[in-house]
Amino acid sequence: MITLNVNGKPASVDADPDTPLLWVLRDHLGMTGTKYGCGMALCGACTVHVNGQPARSCSTPLSAAAGKRVTTIEGIGQTKEGRVLQEAWVANDVPQCGYCQSGQIMSAAALLAKVKRPTDAEIESAMGGNVCRCGTYNRISLAVRQASRNIK
Amino acid sequence: MNAFEIVNLSRRDFLKAGAGLTLGIAVPDALAQMAGPGQGGGSVVATGRFEPNAFVRIGTDNTVTVIVKHLEMGQGTYTGLPTLVAEELDADWGQIRVEGAPADASRYNNLLLGPMQGTGGSTAMANSFEQMRKAGAAARAMLVAAAAERWNVAPDSITIARGAVMHLPSNRRTNFGQLAANAAKLPVPQEVKLKDPKDFVFIGRRVTRTDSRAKSNGTAIYTQDVKLPGMLTALVAHPPRFGAKPKPFDAARAKAVKGVVDVVAIPQGVAVLANDFWSAKKGRDALAVEWDESGAFKLGSAEIMAQYRALAATPGLPARKEGDPAGALARAAKTLEASYEFPYLAHACMEPMNCVVKLSADGCEIWNGEQFQSIDQGAVAAVLAMKPEQVKINMLFAGGSFGRRANPQADYVVEAVQIAKAIDGRAPVKLVWTREDDMRAGYYRPMYYHALKAGLDAQGNLIAWQHRIVGQSILGGTAFEGMMVKDGIDATSVEGAANLPYAVPNLGVELHSPRMGVPVQWWRSVGSTHTAFSTETFLDELAVAAGKDPFQVRRALLAKSPRHKAVLEMAAAEADWSTPLVSARVGDRRGRGIAVHESFNTVVAQVAEVTVRRDGSWRVDRVMCAVDCGLAVNPDVVRAQMEGGIAFGLTAALHGAITLKDGVVEQSNFHDYMPLRMHEMPRIGVYIVRSNEKPTGVGEPATPVIAPAVANALFAATGKPIRSLPIRIQA
Repeated sequence: MITLNVNGKPASVDADPDTPLLWVLRDHLGMTGTKYGCGMALCGACTVHVNGQPARSCSTPLSAAAGKRVTTIEGIGQTKEGRVLQEAWVANDVPQCGYCQSGQIMSAAALLAKVKRPTDAEIESAMGGNVCRCGTYNRISLAVRQASRNIK
Repeated sequence: MNAFEIVNLSRRDFLKAGAGLTLGIAVPDALAQMAGPGQGGGSVVATGRFEPNAFVRIGTDNTVTVIVKHLEMGQGTYTGLPTLVAEELDADWGQIRVEGAPADASRYNNLLLGPMQGTGGSTAMANSFEQMRKAGAAARAMLVAAAAERWNVAPDSITIARGAVMHLPSNRRTNFGQLAANAAKLPVPQEVKLKDPKDFVFIGRRVTRTDSRAKSNGTAIYTQDVKLPGMLTALVAHPPRFGAKPKPFDAARAKAVKGVVDVVAIPQGVAVLANDFWSAKKGRDALAVEWDESGAFKLGSAEIMAQYRALAATPGLPARKEGDPAGALARAAKTLEASYEFPYLAHACMEPMNCVVKLSADGCEIWNGEQFQSIDQGAVAAVLAMKPEQVKINMLFAGGSFGRRANPQADYVVEAVQIAKAIDGRAPVKLVWTREDDMRAGYYRPMYYHALKAGLDAQGNLIAWQHRIVGQSILGGTAFEGMMVKDGIDATSVEGAANLPYAVPNLGVELHSPRMGVPVQWWRSVGSTHTAFSTETFLDELAVAAGKDPFQVRRALLAKSPRHKAVLEMAAAEADWSTPLVSARVGDRRGRGIAVHESFNTVVAQVAEVTVRRDGSWRVDRVMCAVDCGLAVNPDVVRAQMEGGIAFGLTAALHGAITLKDGVVEQSNFHDYMPLRMHEMPRIGVYIVRSNEKPTGVGEPATPVIAPAVANALFAATGKPIRSLPIRIQA
């Protein structure tokens, strides 16, 4: 059994230590908000936070998350960055198919936790690893800027 | 209400749903079969069976559930179609709920796709516009009647606004939920009057998407997220070449992996079933399968293109002929020729293909981002020797499709069913494709080769146009062949070329449809993905050869195509076409390009502005996009689809190519089949033509326009024409 903390709650998992955190969350803990997109840390759909840092859960083995704090899209609304981002996402109707948006919001939340008022270049850099095939990038960028202004 | 009959389903259906009023419109099969694109159903005489088709359910809890027959894959149907119901019902947007329709073509036919249920061709809004409004209007009339009865007042003294039902003279007020049970007992009106567009409160204005919140907090459920008790996850080892078959194999090493439950052969390959994804993946990695490649396809992209090039030198089947193109070319003062090459393209949806199947003694239940209900039901029924109606399909959100999930062979759905069948249905099965599986599974946008010749007279006027297209037929060998392949011409191979809008007196379009062993399929905007590029970039070459302005050349040639001309002028005006671009720094070359194209009855014009640096690197700075899609039901969704369509087309223009070497697909994931990323996204302005014509599609029509607009901008900046995709320019 490997123990980690997911969204503030302890979780014990009986899985091989090499199992990617993504599949631990989805298949073992039943938390499906974090998405599989590429399995190679190329698209960002699986982005979560490990000890507050953004991580591609498809390429993070369970062993590397053992004993650490994991935050997912299911828990990010409990943080102030996550909350304002989700509101900005809805206000601007950012999602189309929506499949990548959990990862987009998790990357954006990590950015805002570090940089209160990011520049456009900082947004592009922080979001560069997150792919959206529906092409919602301009709305994502707009929503991140709007959210950054709404953080008290 | 010709040919439509409104039927009250409440007495049959509402009890099980716990709802008050369920209402639908009966569409006779014969009508649905006869109504073709652009042909309103109302003019067809109704004959044959009538079966109910439920779209609206009003609960005693005052919710209005709209049953949507079209897949929500990002394009906004779960918002647009409920908007139509809410409008005629005078509902409050907050009381609207959305439910995906079951697979039942007798009720949920796509009125524009013939006798079938499915989503595609940017038809969701066009075929639902009247149907959903009538469903809303009929429900409203019954609620009004119920209120009039309860208060003992005349129906025309009742008003409804934002879900509030009122009798103003006596200051009485109620809501839909309180009237639902009584309304359900009333006769359904045979005639309903639809609103005058000037009274619209939702149509033509932005309402928020019904799915934004669930898609922003992780609660939206996709096929990938379905979990049934006892369900196994299956990964399949597919052959490396199309057409290969598995040889007898040893499953021992795969079965030895912890969590692996079974390994079975299916026609598509070898399936490894496990308790979870990672165990199935490890099991598949441990599997060693050898393939019988006697029937496999072994050509590479270079060999295929060489064959196409040779074919293009010979006459093809005529798709359109006006005047005497050969004669006019012979007597032209000046002739130009250009050839164009287009690679295979993968759809690469963010959610790789997947499907959940549960077999039982009397049927089969499927969970899928379901785009092609009738085709999938039929294909699954054939595999299981069942009747189509025994195949129940749950339509979930799709993590993108771009055409991929509407597969005429029902490929991945059938694969999932084959696995469930191979284990005798003893557990529900979730088939999951990895990104690599998805990328290499075929069903690509076909490769194409285009050869164009044109002739100008002494004044530089375009007098001859000869266009030859070579590429695989998408529809050949599918259920759609009879309907959309005429005299050997697959309509999807020449659309956008055979209906060239420009007034050219001598015009010929020809087609070669060679067979290749690579599975192909429609890809967002289908034939226009290549025809818009070759026609619109060649026109710029002709304009430059004639010493004319590309925008003015188009204007003149579109004198008799007012919709095209209007959007063209709109895009040019928004871009300040006549004002020269300024370079931000020394050595930068800037260029502006314009393109206009009609697809799916919608016309889009775009002006792209590019910057080319001294080192040859370049970017698209800004795109002005004008669209005429008839009445814009939700302008913000139209805008989103223009933005998304541009991003999708730009991805192919910048990066998109699936290539084969000796029959093996060379790409596998997002490092070698690169998606557009945020830093490559241009600023986009969308300008919608004000129109009260019936709405036309918006999911696809922005896609084909961006690549030629960008190529024309690069041509303007560098003087070198772009004749193949993806775009590669020399420093």
